[in-house]
Amino acid sequence: MKVTIDGHELEVEPGTTILQAARMMGGESVPPAMCYYSKLKGSGGKCRACLVEVSKGSEADPRPMPKLMASCVTGVMDGMEVKSITSEKVLDARKSVTEFLLINHPLDCPVCDQAGECDLQNLSFKHGKSQTRYIEEKRTFEPEDIGDKIQLHMNRCILCYRCVMTADQLTDERVHGVVNRGDHSQISTCISKAIDNEFSGNMIDVCPVGALTDKTFRFKSRVWFNKPFNAHRNCPTCSGKTTVWMFGNEIQRVTARKDVYHEVEEFICNSCRFDHKEVSDWTIEGPRKFEKDSVINQNNYTRPLIPVTIQTEDHILKGREEDRKKISMKDIPLTPKNS
Amino acid sequence: MGQKILLDKIHIPGIKTYDVYRQNGGYAAVEKALKHMTPDEITEEVKTSGLKGRGGAGFPMGMKWSFIDKKSGKPRHLVCNADESEPGTFKDRYLMEHIPHLLVEGMIVSSYALGCNLSYIYIRGEYMWVYKILERAIKEAYAAGWLGKNIQGSGYDLDLHVHCGAGAYICGEETALIESLEGKRGNPRIKPPFPAISGLWQNPTVVNNVESISNVPWIVLNSGADYANIGHGKSTGTKLISASGHIKNPGVYEIELGLSVDEFMNSDQYLGGMMNDRPLKALVPGGSSVPILPAHLIYKTAANEDRLMTYESLSDGGFATGSMLGSGGFIVYNDTACIVRNTWNFSRFYHHESCGQCSPCREGTGWLEKVLWRIENGQGREEDIELLWSIQSKIEGNTICPLGDAAAWPVAAAIRHFRDEFEYHIRFPEKVKDRNHFTAEPFSQVQHLMHKQTL
Repeated sequence: MKVTIDGHELEVEPGTTILQAARMMGGESVPPAMCYYSKLKGSGGKCRACLVEVSKGSEADPRPMPKLMASCVTGVMDGMEVKSITSEKVLDARKSVTEFLLINHPLDCPVCDQAGECDLQNLSFKHGKSQTRYIEEKRTFEPEDIGDKIQLHMNRCILCYRCVMTADQLTDERVHGVVNRGDHSQISTCISKAIDNEFSGNMIDVCPVGALTDKTFRFKSRVWFNKPFNAHRNCPTCSGKTTVWMFGNEIQRVTARKDVYHEVEEFICNSCRFDHKEVSDWTIEGPRKFEKDSVINQNNYTRPLIPVTIQTEDHILKGREEDRKKISMKDIPLTPKNS
Repeated sequence: MGQKILLDKIHIPGIKTYDVYRQNGGYAAVEKALKHMTPDEITEEVKTSGLKGRGGAGFPMGMKWSFIDKKSGKPRHLVCNADESEPGTFKDRYLMEHIPHLLVEGMIVSSYALGCNLSYIYIRGEYMWVYKILERAIKEAYAAGWLGKNIQGSGYDLDLHVHCGAGAYICGEETALIESLEGKRGNPRIKPPFPAISGLWQNPTVVNNVESISNVPWIVLNSGADYANIGHGKSTGTKLISASGHIKNPGVYEIELGLSVDEFMNSDQYLGGMMNDRPLKALVPGGSSVPILPAHLIYKTAANEDRLMTYESLSDGGFATGSMLGSGGFIVYNDTACIVRNTWNFSRFYHHESCGQCSPCREGTGWLEKVLWRIENGQGREEDIELLWSIQSKIEGNTICPLGDAAAWPVAAAIRHFRDEFEYHIRFPEKVKDRNHFTAEPFSQVQHLMHKQTL
């Protein structure tokens, strides 16, 4: 089947969705996806961040579709023409979805463990505005303990339903779900049950925001201070292929390996994730690479650092000598020795 | 008096019971259908009748029936949508309360036409007493051999169940209704696949409104062409209108489509004019989710033609100067009504009833409500009107199901036609503090304040 996305033609199998086709192509045209997860059946269609314009339905029926379509759940037709970033309407819709998702989202990125690998941060960086038009009080929920391994921050949740589907499809018994309705719907367990299934930890990985985070990693470090390594171990329950997040010689966190769309390559078990935090448990394969603009690369240098010398007059960069009095830490010189 | 199809026998004493209903020609349509007609012939008759779905969207019913997937060989289902929760609409309740056997008869004939052996009536949880009335009617129909195995010796089997919802407006959306009927959370499904291909338990399903199904026995007994003769143009047949608001005779009326709005509102046979003879201010012609009409667009369209009670005439001019017939919830406002409060009230309803699945609707409806509440209570800002307009335009069309549109349209229409009233609320907060600020001082008396130059 032939499909054209933003003017680029490509051949795809029947049954592919527009989003999958765009991901095959890659680049700027790939719509953002907050709720769709290719590894989870039935996910997608909810966040509306991936809306695209279908300017030509198919070869057989060339009429454009009247509304913007959720690209993650709309299958391609032969000869379909899709506009993603070339359509003003689509960019507008993305902006508004970003705004809607943010009006009730707490601005606690500085203390959120997800910061740095958060899909909502990326979305708002790209499509958000710096001002808010929402002057009302934000919606909040009572804190709730859902178990000793997973921390639930309901205030941050964007209700993508990914964790519900993970529990449905990976574990044998789902004990949590969405209760209530409208903007008061919340992820919660039935009758305060603890989530303790062997694969429940994957809920943390699939969560696009910081609503579900790892209690064993809580407030330990910012993700960009960690050095992520691919590692594996011989695990009887899962593939054992993970990313370990090191700080010095300490493994602070273990997650599954995530690809460029922040989807895990393989789900891992709770034993790998929570119980094996000794370096001796793991065989380190090498550094984990991330997309080039990810903040995780901040501390993840793969090349030697070369100081940059800027050719300019003396006082322009450093200011006058008499102004450069040190107030604190006087015994440490202002200019590093090697510069 | 126009012709009556649904409410024809409603005043016969005891029509609720099977015996009286049968003596007055009830279940004749089932007899005729099972003995003398094939399912396809019935579908064809419904198609020629031009009957449009009475639930609000107005999709032709025969067309909907012809989409049902008969090739797959899967069992098919007919579901009657009795989850009537639209503010301002109460016609289905009236029909089921007074003449429940008409719906049961319609269900049997429609199920036969679609080849369903298992059908459901999904009724909203708040209608518990109506649920009991229907249960009793179905029990009577089983006892008389109109339901169950081998109906009247025709070899056709049908089981009919009533299922009670738990009180959610969203379950009136057909896919959410199906989810709820399956015992899940009532979240609308993502379409496609449409229910006609994969609905209840992944089987082909048709979901129809109570009033639509109740029309089928008449069409079968007479003919589709006869039905098409009633009405006006493409809006065929009769329609139940549930009238409420500031009028003399509120209630449920059966009208022939094509009656003029003027006659419907002012003749003694119908609404009998405005209550206390106060001037008319606005009209919501089809339930809370359709755009509100200002006084000068009610009797005449923008093209200065008479506004008629038809699908086409009411939506004449699009949303700029028109509205929709919707589900027939006819709400009339006189000059004591506050449009801002009314819009806030509608928004509060949609905020409360949004299912919370997709983000524009979940977050947007709440935002709309909060901004409207501020304006209504004298805490509005000038930029809030633009903000409301922007929020509603971002919800509309970007959601999974039509609830997002339904929440956005009334706000858009209120701002479009009654912008000065919003401005009045913002500029004169001390005047709108009371709940009844327009009762003492209708807007027409204070409108001059808006034009005063203030520094």
